[in-house]
Amino acid sequence: MRDSRATRLLFKVGAILFALIVTTGVLFLAKAQPFAAYKYITLGALGSWDVVTNVFVSWVPLLLATSGLLVTFTVGLWNIGIEGQITLGAIFTTWAMRLLEHSGWNPTLILMLAVLAGMLGGALWAMLAGALKTFGGVNEIFGGLGLNFVATALNIWLIFGPWKRPGVASMSGTIPFDRSLWMPIAQGSSRLTPATLVMAIVGILVVYAMIEGTYFGLRLKAVGKNARSAHILGIPTWQYMMSSFAVCGIFAGVAGAVQVTAVYHRLIPSISSGYGYLGLMVAMLVGYRASLAAPVALFFAALNVGSIQLPIVLKLDSSLAGVLQGTLVLFVVLGQGVRSRILKKTKVKS
Amino acid sequence: MRNISRFFLLMLIAIVAGSAAFAQSAPPAAGPNLTIGLVMVGPYNDHGWSQANYDGVQYVLAKVPGTKLVYIDKANSADRPGTTVSQLGESLVAQGAKLVIFSSDDMTDEAIKFAQDHKDIFVILTSGSQQWKEGKDYKPLPNMINIMGRMEYMKMVAGVAAAMTTKTGKIGFLGPLINDETRRLAASAYLGARYAWVNYLKKDPAKLTFKVTWIGFWFNIPGVTSDPTQVADDFFNSGFDVVISGIDTTEAVAEAAKYTAQGKQVWAIPYDYSKAIDEGKGVSLGVPYFNWGPAYANAAKAAMNGTWKNHFEWNGPDWKNINNPDTSAVGFNKGTLSKEASAAIDKFIDELGKGLNLWTGPLNYQDGSVFLKKGEKATDQQIWYLPQLLQGMEGQSVSK
Repeated sequence: MRDSRATRLLFKVGAILFALIVTTGVLFLAKAQPFAAYKYITLGALGSWDVVTNVFVSWVPLLLATSGLLVTFTVGLWNIGIEGQITLGAIFTTWAMRLLEHSGWNPTLILMLAVLAGMLGGALWAMLAGALKTFGGVNEIFGGLGLNFVATALNIWLIFGPWKRPGVASMSGTIPFDRSLWMPIAQGSSRLTPATLVMAIVGILVVYAMIEGTYFGLRLKAVGKNARSAHILGIPTWQYMMSSFAVCGIFAGVAGAVQVTAVYHRLIPSISSGYGYLGLMVAMLVGYRASLAAPVALFFAALNVGSIQLPIVLKLDSSLAGVLQGTLVLFVVLGQGVRSRILKKTKVKS
Repeated sequence: MRNISRFFLLMLIAIVAGSAAFAQSAPPAAGPNLTIGLVMVGPYNDHGWSQANYDGVQYVLAKVPGTKLVYIDKANSADRPGTTVSQLGESLVAQGAKLVIFSSDDMTDEAIKFAQDHKDIFVILTSGSQQWKEGKDYKPLPNMINIMGRMEYMKMVAGVAAAMTTKTGKIGFLGPLINDETRRLAASAYLGARYAWVNYLKKDPAKLTFKVTWIGFWFNIPGVTSDPTQVADDFFNSGFDVVISGIDTTEAVAEAAKYTAQGKQVWAIPYDYSKAIDEGKGVSLGVPYFNWGPAYANAAKAAMNGTWKNHFEWNGPDWKNINNPDTSAVGFNKGTLSKEASAAIDKFIDELGKGLNLWTGPLNYQDGSVFLKKGEKATDQQIWYLPQLLQGMEGQSVSK
């Protein structure tokens, strides 16, 4: 077998088919009508302008997280800690908003500063994971995972403690910010915010340009392909790893800021909404290529939003979307593994 | 020409006035068919708060012809990450809902946003007080109604059941998060317990221990709240032999059953849902529960026939029969009780029906400051917004 574009495509299509077969099997086991389920997911994501805007609301933080992860993946790092980085971004954003909400400053300025604070929070938390790896020898997966737990604990402590509503500590989060401090919502929609859409689109374009078109990106790739060789060739490896953590943290921080300023308008306990983990899946699915990240993230967001219809219409659990997303990633990665194994065998034979 | 300009001017005034009037008024009557959307914070079959709401709407479907239900449960950011409650409400609207019930105080911010964004949809925010003119949070929204039951009475009954049963004189209250509602309900249970302790058992009130432990939310969220199972165990392991549950799920009953099976007789009182006692046969003293059906049915009828007006209702029991499904907003379903305890409960309910008011001074707040002077009766506002627990109760009054 030759490693051609066609074989790669064949494996991808096969993976999608397998994922659909497994998900359909799960639906049969749950005694549900698979086609009805797919129909309602589609309608739930595309059926009206309202739900389409909801898909974009979900797409923005997911794409931001994915954009950041593409940078860390390029240097060969598994930045599992992105969930915590989103959370810290949200915490720093909330902190800035609380500090400035009664300042009388222009709301746009306050929002801009809040997003910048979010970037700072995400970057610092990411660099902490980076420092643990570089100077402490802690694998970024374990360090990141640990920091995720710390971030969640810190977030809950703030919501139930210093930032609680007057007299009430509530799971529904801190007291919402005044409407004047919400990211401006598009006409005709109840939650789509054009400013955050721009952030997400600019973000992925910047990452694409950075990885594919800059010397910095080239060096990141070199470190990712073979850190030792890159080091021998004079690339300061650890500095590049730290930089990639910082860049990813900035993106995660923006995602957190978006969650606070445009989606929930307050800090809530599960503020990251799992977009970090979902972003990891998107990045894996697109083979760490920035060019495909936006459409695949949109597809994942559509699945998430569309699946809300399942419990309403079919009394099915909406985690079915997660089953489909998970199996999709699993089969694509599996397909890549099988393909490279076959290719290796073919090479040895020839 | 002048006539034409006058015509346009009049038209303009009519449009402006019309749209202003529409903005100020309730949505138009839904007519003979009404789809009700129900948003629940927990699972629809949780044997607690959410199920009581679910059953309430089932009552509407049975009693009000032309009604239909679409629902979404587990509407909280931990169970449905990335979604907002108002977005879930919109999903129900997409399925035809013209009346959406947001059935938790925890949904207040999102329910208000939803009501403001969808002025053509009728909204019920259960347990909120935003449409209470005399309330502190009054925020008039023509399409919103607040409904709550006067659970305080039934918590008092639960307190009587606990006091008449405890052998150690130590009653635990498994509390959710700390807010006005939960403070007043815990205080009601204490008032009932103290009343029975002093008046029926003729015991010294100083010898009654009543301790409140809050878990942080209405149900267990691992890693976020304290574990209610653990809190119930802590009570039972430290001499408390009756635990009154203030949370939406039934851990206290399950733990009481476990301890009793191991030879340590203890009891629990669940909450919210009339059949919650079924889980703890032999250990469950009874359950104070909500009967949302009649109030939801009235609201549905108002939406259908165009008599909807935003308001707040705080519905009491039907003292003739507190368990009448058609007339009583709150009730108490008796469980395993001694003859004396059962008789005491009947007597207490009878006294309440005849005007006994336990919110009468002298009553002090937990910190010793005066809440009600001798003979002074609390107003509805003083009860609804109770700022502290009462003197004689142990536990946190305010979230720290």
